[in-house]
Amino acid sequence: MEDLKKILINGNEVEVESSLTILQACEQHGIEIPRFCYHERLSIAGNCRMCLVEVVGGPPKPAASCALQVKDLRPGRNGEMPEVKTNSKMVRQAREGVMEFLLINHPLDCPICDQGGECDLQDQAMAYGLDFSRYQESKRSVEDINLGPLVKTSMTRCISCTRCVRFMTEVAGVSELGQTGRGEDSEIISYLGASLSSELQGNLIDLCPVGALTSKPYAFTARPWELDKTETIDVMDSLGSNIRIDSKGSRIMRITPINNDEINEEWISDKTRFIWDGLSRQRLDSPYIRVKGKLIKCSWNDAFCTIKEALKGKKIGAICGELQPIESIFALRNLVGSLGGKTECRIDGALFWNKNRCDYVGNGSFADIDKCRTITIIGCDPNFQSPVLNSRVRRAWLRGAEINYFGDKCELSFETICNESSLEKLNKFLIKKDKVINDGDHLIILGRENISGESGKILLEKVKNFCINKNSKFIIIHSGANSVGAIDVGFTSDVGCQKLLESSDVIFNLGFDEMELPKKDKLLIYQGSHGDVGAANADVILPGAAYTEESGIFVNSEGRPQMSNRVIFPPGDAKENWAIIRALSSELGIDLNFNNLVDLRNEIYKEYGFLSETNNLQENQIKSDLDISKFQLKGEIKAVVTKSYFFTNPIARASETMAELDKLKSTKQKKNVISV
Amino acid sequence: MNLLDDKDRIFTNLYGKRDRSLKGAKDRGCWQGTKNILKKGQSWIVEEIKASGLRGRGGAGFPTGLKWSFMPEAKEEKPSYLVINADESEPGTCKDREIMRHDPHHLIEGALFAGFAMGAHVTYIYIRGEYVREREALQCAIDEAYDSGLLGKNACKSGWAFDVILHHGAGAYICGEETALLESLEGKKGMPRMKPPFPAGAGLYGCPTTVNNVESIAVVPTILRRGAGWFSSIGRPNNVGTKVFAISGHVNYPCVVEEAMSIPLKELIEKHCGGVRGGWKNLKAIIPGGASVPLLPSSLCDNAIMDFDWLKDNQSGLGTAAVIVMDNSADVIKAIWRLSKFYKHESCGQCTPCREGTGWMMRVMERLVKGEARIEEIDMLHKVSKQVEGHTICALGDAAAWPIQGLIRHFRSELEQRIAERNKVEIKYVAAE
Repeated sequence: MEDLKKILINGNEVEVESSLTILQACEQHGIEIPRFCYHERLSIAGNCRMCLVEVVGGPPKPAASCALQVKDLRPGRNGEMPEVKTNSKMVRQAREGVMEFLLINHPLDCPICDQGGECDLQDQAMAYGLDFSRYQESKRSVEDINLGPLVKTSMTRCISCTRCVRFMTEVAGVSELGQTGRGEDSEIISYLGASLSSELQGNLIDLCPVGALTSKPYAFTARPWELDKTETIDVMDSLGSNIRIDSKGSRIMRITPINNDEINEEWISDKTRFIWDGLSRQRLDSPYIRVKGKLIKCSWNDAFCTIKEALKGKKIGAICGELQPIESIFALRNLVGSLGGKTECRIDGALFWNKNRCDYVGNGSFADIDKCRTITIIGCDPNFQSPVLNSRVRRAWLRGAEINYFGDKCELSFETICNESSLEKLNKFLIKKDKVINDGDHLIILGRENISGESGKILLEKVKNFCINKNSKFIIIHSGANSVGAIDVGFTSDVGCQKLLESSDVIFNLGFDEMELPKKDKLLIYQGSHGDVGAANADVILPGAAYTEESGIFVNSEGRPQMSNRVIFPPGDAKENWAIIRALSSELGIDLNFNNLVDLRNEIYKEYGFLSETNNLQENQIKSDLDISKFQLKGEIKAVVTKSYFFTNPIARASETMAELDKLKSTKQKKNVISV
Repeated sequence: MNLLDDKDRIFTNLYGKRDRSLKGAKDRGCWQGTKNILKKGQSWIVEEIKASGLRGRGGAGFPTGLKWSFMPEAKEEKPSYLVINADESEPGTCKDREIMRHDPHHLIEGALFAGFAMGAHVTYIYIRGEYVREREALQCAIDEAYDSGLLGKNACKSGWAFDVILHHGAGAYICGEETALLESLEGKKGMPRMKPPFPAGAGLYGCPTTVNNVESIAVVPTILRRGAGWFSSIGRPNNVGTKVFAISGHVNYPCVVEEAMSIPLKELIEKHCGGVRGGWKNLKAIIPGGASVPLLPSSLCDNAIMDFDWLKDNQSGLGTAAVIVMDNSADVIKAIWRLSKFYKHESCGQCTPCREGTGWMMRVMERLVKGEARIEEIDMLHKVSKQVEGHTICALGDAAAWPIQGLIRHFRSELEQRIAERNKVEIKYVAAE
């Protein structure tokens, strides 16, 4: 049980956990302590000295509250309660002193600094600093470093808090930044002057308390106070990171993370953060129809009429991509269903038994990674699937968890006990572990790619049986933001994708762009936001909204439904995806039972109640009805990475920043050094 | 007060005139009955050192025996370490150097006693980067000790396994700070750690560690042999024992000498150094304990007693007992500026007040040397030095601030005079134009 200790903070008696630091204890009780180097998700450096407090009865000098634990406080001479002051003269003078020191060599270029308006140094100088300067000597200037296309540097502004160094070493797991030199000549530099290679480097921009590290793509485009801020959900991977999108008028200016301990904590990947230029390029802003082999612009009415004509007496089938929200998927399922057609979202051929949610969601959560002592990754490259999730696994490893990896060779940011690629070895491993692991101490992270087909079915059953036996958890990592959601609302058929495509005369493609569809003797309808593979191939194009342009429900890999919000309006004639399907239905004379988004959601909730509980993780019971003892695992585990990390969806493919990153990555020789 | 008798000297080969090999050291009394002393047990040694009143010789003057007693009971899972700080980089200080190159067996035997007392099987000696010959001499002595079974798996046949490992630093002043030293020893950048945790709780590789100065360890064998009572009978109460002083600067014969603690400064200089250059009257100031303590003006020097408490009471400190003497030919402002420059150069850059403050203070000092400043800036400099002092992770910030505070305290008139002179010159120039 927690060890509580009574202390006095500014004369008020409080009871706090003795393992907390003074800074945390003060924060719990609503007392603000200024800080620069301290960050709750990084190790403690104690170097900025901004958080100094007075410890009564201690040495006659202030102590750094970020590093001093409550348990280290000594009672007074006569057994009085330990006392801390955060508002005494000593503390005020210490803060003023540190603030003055930080500012003497800091350029006063706030008017041209991108951090201006959201700068810790600015804010704290206002709150805790003096209003004049006594410094008359020349200021230091530091040469800038080139960290690549994402992070812009202005190293003269650096206050050497080393948050960036600690983030890269501890969270990102690559020792690419460091501090060299001594005294006032010390500088933050990258190793051998190389640009950063981590897929989490964008977080440095948020971490930097001053304007030393700012966003290159966002540079000089907006001030924080002119931006409209919308909280929403990211769709770049199946994590469902919580993000805030800042927009100015009809333009998206930048994307930043929102803290969610269960999902992305405080980080987002570079793809999530810098994707926004892809949202304004290659956009479909008008309906098109193919006339004599050429796509020509047309009105919504013409497009719908073409579809109506084409459907006469023909069989329709529908597939969907990974960036679509539940609303449009559900609406399309109902529309195609009433036309007598079938729908399928498992284009990769994965065969989930969608009666049991556990088969495609697992029974664990991302937060379970923090609790387990053994983590086994099967057929999943965590850094490719989600760099943020990877950092969580890495942290588990740093904490002492044993990590085992089964799959194609890939770069890992942690060391593994077992690193194999064959299913036979996995089989042996599971049998061995079955005997030694304590109950509930194990977590399996399973890549979706490897549970398709018949062998995948056996693998899934083996994993499920292992988890039932050991009372442990497993999670399945999907590739798309709404892969789970599509299965949840039954956008599936029993014939499989291949047969569905072959047997349909008209194929309705809802935002699927990852491969070309068979075209012969078929009419392809594409609805989506970007002019990518799907649109190039289509006969009718219906321009839809991107994820920032409509509100929708997305279900992430652990099965957590989250609601995204509209940031801006779709460009040109493009419309919200569910509304296009609703309009098409009335053209075709089908009643879909809803006229607006609220009705549509009510329809969804009627059928799938758990989707209404957004942010809530539904508990899934594992069931296995297959006798696995008859089956053996054979062969190699499938490779997960088949395309570039920066080109996994049409928005990313339209982004210039992503293209630049991809180019950089392919030219850069990566050294796999795991930092401890 | 009487000078220290030769019979009471611990370091009998401080000047390297005698045989410094193991044989020579044994002839002078080292390694005699070591096993029997070890047999008396760990707590006996700690108690004896506590009773002797030995205070750390590295500068802070913390009671050595008390420091040892902070070490936790030996546990299986975590070893204890003794680390000897031989990174003697304080300007003016050269006492440990003489011990290591001429009388190293005192140190090695002391390490065995100290290590045994705190349950450590391994001792690391972190020697300053510039001490190349000293390292060779010390390594040679360590090898001799291993060869004759004084160290190793069964040190002195006592059954106690004891290893001494000599580690060569890279020449950074900050690595003399105990936690920066541990970082450096672990192969990291020499930057001080936050305290708590103190090294006795989590030191080298996170294990219980005690860091002691060379001299503190080197006097231990003699204390244990001759008894705590002998050691504590020398000097004033609370400031006992013998101390190796290093006197440099404007004296006729600069020297390193072992003397009784609490010896009057005047006697130390007159008897051992042939007096101040140009006579005692020519004395301007001394820095009594290495670069980091505030200086004493000549008015205080007449009655100065060289020990921890007297100097502390007079707003200075014994530090490493490296006495830097300045006669009237010295530009005391420039001297302190040079120290400021040293601290600016040696600041590790980890924490803000020291990183930014040392440079600021040095630059103001630079102008004060030439008198290119305003009178108010003297007060400003004092305030800035107070802003650095006590706000840093380690004591380097304090060390950088104290010499300047001492200068302003005792030589303010000289600072003001220099500014006034400079202003006069400037006025002349203006008039000539």
